[in-house]
Parts: sequence; C-alpha cells; structure tokens
Amino acid sequence: MSDKRLTLKKRLHIIKHSLRGKKVAPAFNAFHTFLYTPDETTHNGAHVRGADDLKRTMNTVIMALIPVLLFSFFNTGYQYYAAIDAANGMPREVDLFGNFLTWENFWLGFTQVIPLVIVSYGVGLLVEFIFAVIKGHEVEEGYLVTGMLVPLIVPVDTPLWMLAVAVVFGVVIGKEVFGGTGMNILNPALTIRAFLFFAYPTWMSGDKVWVHEAVERAGTADAISGETILGSLAQNAEYSYSTADMFFGFIPGSVGETSAFLILLGGLFLVFSKIASWRIMLSAVIGALTMGLIFNGVADAGWIGESSRFYSLMSFDFWKHLIVGGLAFGIVYMATDPVTGSQTNRGKWVYGFLIGFLSVMIRVFNPAYPEGVFLAILLMNVFAPTIDHYVIRGNVRRRLKRLKTATILPKTTDGKAEQLQAETV
Amino acid sequence: MALLSKKDTNLILDPLADNNPITIQVLGICSALAITAELKASVVMALSVIFVLGAGNVVISLMRNIIPSKIRIIVQLIVVATLVIIVDQVLKAFAYELSKTLAVFVGLIITNCIIMGRFEAFALGNGPWRSFLDGIGNALGYGVILVIVGFFRELLGSGTLFGFKVLGDPIAKTGVYSIGYENNGFMIIPPAALIVVGIIIWVQRSRNRTLIEEH
Repeated sequence: MSDKRLTLKKRLHIIKHSLRGKKVAPAFNAFHTFLYTPDETTHNGAHVRGADDLKRTMNTVIMALIPVLLFSFFNTGYQYYAAIDAANGMPREVDLFGNFLTWENFWLGFTQVIPLVIVSYGVGLLVEFIFAVIKGHEVEEGYLVTGMLVPLIVPVDTPLWMLAVAVVFGVVIGKEVFGGTGMNILNPALTIRAFLFFAYPTWMSGDKVWVHEAVERAGTADAISGETILGSLAQNAEYSYSTADMFFGFIPGSVGETSAFLILLGGLFLVFSKIASWRIMLSAVIGALTMGLIFNGVADAGWIGESSRFYSLMSFDFWKHLIVGGLAFGIVYMATDPVTGSQTNRGKWVYGFLIGFLSVMIRVFNPAYPEGVFLAILLMNVFAPTIDHYVIRGNVRRRLKRLKTATILPKTTDGKAEQLQAETV
Repeated sequence: MALLSKKDTNLILDPLADNNPITIQVLGICSALAITAELKASVVMALSVIFVLGAGNVVISLMRNIIPSKIRIIVQLIVVATLVIIVDQVLKAFAYELSKTLAVFVGLIITNCIIMGRFEAFALGNGPWRSFLDGIGNALGYGVILVIVGFFRELLGSGTLFGFKVLGDPIAKTGVYSIGYENNGFMIIPPAALIVVGIIIWVQRSRNRTLIEEH
C-alpha cells in the first residue's frame, strides 16, 4: 500500500519537474499541492508570520468557519418553515431539539447553501487559475478563505449567476489587479459583498431576501417574509425575537452571520491558535460599544424624538448591536484579515476601534440599508496603511528622542540623531 | 493617404491609441466619469469636445504670434469659453433634454485639461492646419474612450443603447430578462466609470508593454 503511494508521489514529482517553466505548470502544481506537501516552501508574501505556512493559516480560518456553516444549514431551513408557519398565523418558538436541529431544516439549508459554496469556490478558483497561467506564477491559496466567507455573507436566495459575476469582479478588481494574494488593499470577500450590494440592491436588502423563496412567493397567497432585526428597527417596527434568539442566531439574516455564539467560539479558536489578532477584535468591540453608548445617550437625553426614523436604532441597547446583523461576523473573520488590516500593534487598536465605531454609526444613519459593517471594514482597509505609517513614524520619533536624552552616549549623539532623522524622513 | 502627409496622419492617429489623452495622459477624467452613464450623452460630449478643440486650436494657432505670452492663459480661456457657450446654446436650442442630462458638464469643457493642454503644447507652436488636425485627433481620442465607457455602462447598467431596449424589457420580463438577468446598478454610479477606464488602461498597457511607465 505504502509502496504504491510512494510511486504515485514520485511519479507526480517527476511530472512536476518535467512541466517546469511551461504554461500548464501552475495549474498542475495547484492540484499537486492538494495531494502532497510540495518540496518547496513559500519564500515571500506579506502575511507570512511564523512557522505556519499560508495553507495552514487559511485552513485554520476555514476550520473556525465550519460550525458557522453547519449552523447556517439548520437556520436557513428553520427560518423558511418558521416564516411559513408565521404566514399561516402560527408564530413559532424556537426549540433547539424540537424544531431547530431537524433533518428537514438541515436538508433545505444544505440544498440552498451548498450551491453558493460551490459557485463561490468554482468561479473564484477558476479566475485564480487563469491569472496564474497568464502571469506564470503558482496558484495562490488566497482564495481558500474568501471562497468560504462569500457564501456566508450573502442572503440565501442570491441568484447564483449574480454571485458568479460578483466573485469575478471581486477577485479581479479587488485582488489580481493589485498583484494577487497578499498585495490586495481591500478584503476580496467584502469587495464581492459590496459589489452585490451596489449592483443588485433589490436582492440584498428588504424583508424578502433573507428567507428562502420569499421573493418568488411575494404577491401570491403564500407570501412569506422575514425582516432582519436591524431592518425592523430602521422602520421603527417591532421585532419578535428574544435576546437569546439573537445571541444563538435563530434570526433571519445573511447565511452565516446570525449566530453570535458560534462566531464567538470561532473567534476564540482563532485567537488561541494565534491566527487572528485579539487586538483588532477587542478594540472593534469597544468601538461598537462606544458608538452604541453615544447613541443611547442621545436617545435617553431626549435630543431625538420618538417620531424620528433613527429613534429605534439609536435607543437599541448598545450591547445588542454586537449580536445582531453582521457585526460579530465582520469583526471576527473580516476585520482580522492580516493582509488588509493594520500591521502594527498600536495601529491595530486604532483600526479595530474605528471599524466598530463606524459600523454602528453607518448602521444607524444608512437610509437604504441598516447595516454598515462591510462598508466600515472596507473604508478602514483603505486607511490601514496610513495608520501604520503614522504609528511607525511615531515610533521612530520616540526612539530618536530617547537617543538624544540618553546620557551615557558620547557627545556626538546629537549629530547622529540629526543624521538618523534625515534618513528616516 | 494622399490628402495628408504621414506626419499629419500621425497627428490624428497617435492620440487615438498610443498617446490617448485619457488612458495614457490621464487627462479629462472628470467628464469621463460624470456623463458616461448613457451612450447618447457620451457621443454628444465627444462631438462637443471635437468642435471646441478643433476650432479652438485653429483660433489659437492663428493668434499665436500676437498673443503676449504673459496673458496667454487668459486669451486661451476666452477662446474656449466662447466656443463652449456656442455649443451650450446650440444644445439648449436643439436638444434641450440632452443638455439637461449633461447639465454643468458642457460648461465645464472649459476646464477640461485636454483643451488647455493642446493649446499650450501644440497650437501655440504650430500652424493652423496642423493644429486643427491635432485638435481633432486628441478630441477623437477622448471621444473614443467616452463612447467605449458609455457603451458598457449603458448596456450593463440600464440594458439599453441610445435608449433602445436591446436586452429586452426589464419590467415586462422579455429578452434576457426572462431568464433572470438583471441590470447592474453599480454600472450607473460614477465609480464604475473609473473601473471601466481602469480596465481599458490595463488592457491597453498589457497589449503594448512599451506604454508602461517606469518608476
């Protein structure tokens, strides 16, 4: 048995060497690395941080996403059947083993979500393959995480061709034009989400898109709907979900964003495996809470009337912002992207804080769509290099100051400091 | 071509491709972003700039020896402003709806960098005939990009070309809309024009690598 595997391995290695330098080499190597560890190691890439190679880093994130994906199967089914019951005048109470973790829910969710995953990976990897062959470099692992994130941040009924168009756009314009994996300014998954939002807004917002089939049933006798909590709040309407529902995720929303509980577990896993930055996560939470508190203060102080269309969103308990909508998902899996986020520790605090702060702000004030996490993260992606620049400059200045004030150094220190300053400016 | 010498032909052909004002010199971007959501507006804008730049170059070229160099910018502005007002009035008289679509951007032809650039760089130092060809060439180069961008933005964004529903009716669900196709709202907003122009620049430079700037 082991003999056979060895020969296959050897044979593949031989093929690999015979293809070296040819056009098909990157495509072959990509398949090869799925089967066997390559004998070379990664030599460069902005996100190499230690002994873990790119593939293992990516796989860890995907492992952290698996519980969210499994939960999304059940929740997609649950929301569908719950919406039908509600339309028939029988609102449901969630019962984890009674009516949530059922085969029926799982199967419906599975058949709806898996096509999204397949299209996301299929189209994304195809684009990566084409670019690898054109540019003559190895296929990069960069799409592994993006491909898993994309189906989790779109509404369940997103037409597959739209998703395919968005993936092509996101990978080409968001990543490849900047030079591929590790060189991108914007998070590709969020670029894809933003493209869908601006290109096909009717499929991305409203009370019909979050539940399977709601769009097709609209206007018929079997009409169903499922407004997100933020959507209800934006219309100053009531919502019927308990805090526990919000925390565990039995609410309508994008495929994988609903369960704050599982996202929290995934986040802890990423922090303890040292893949994602706890500084960004923590500071983003602090930022969101701060903005939430400010809005609560504004509402409590009576500066804004109950008739204002911002009233419900502003008076929404500040900490509940963390467990509704995509904020938790964005903070844990998107903001911590090591390529597009800040690189310096001090910069990470600023970067994360502003993501949380702006997310809640956009959420409240966005007239068309009461969600702002993806916009906030994309905006901060753009500013991340600037933040890092000032952190590094500040560090240089502080060290120069220390050099000047140090007494043990010889008299020529001042001249040296000036010279150093001249070099660093 | 017997009508034009080879040198003169290049005056027209160069700006169309290898020395394009938009994709190579990156001038006149503002109007390229603002008015290209519809093909019709793009074409009218291109024609307006062809007229203004062609005529303006001739006028400046004729006056080149009597303009005191200290006040040449003011003279150029007056010439281009006069021509732009003519275009604006003609549009208002004969295509009122369209002039409302183009709104302030007809007036802003005055500030189009391509026009002042050609006055300064070419018309002040060359005769009227060559200046005329240069003006037409550059304006055509500008117009070609405008029309390409306008074509893709109108086709993908609204599903129409010159207002004709070439892809079917999105409300009655005919044509491609019957199989679930939908218009791409992103193409209507100005950032999409920037991306389309960017893609044109990308394609052009990867076909002709000598155009890539060294840094």
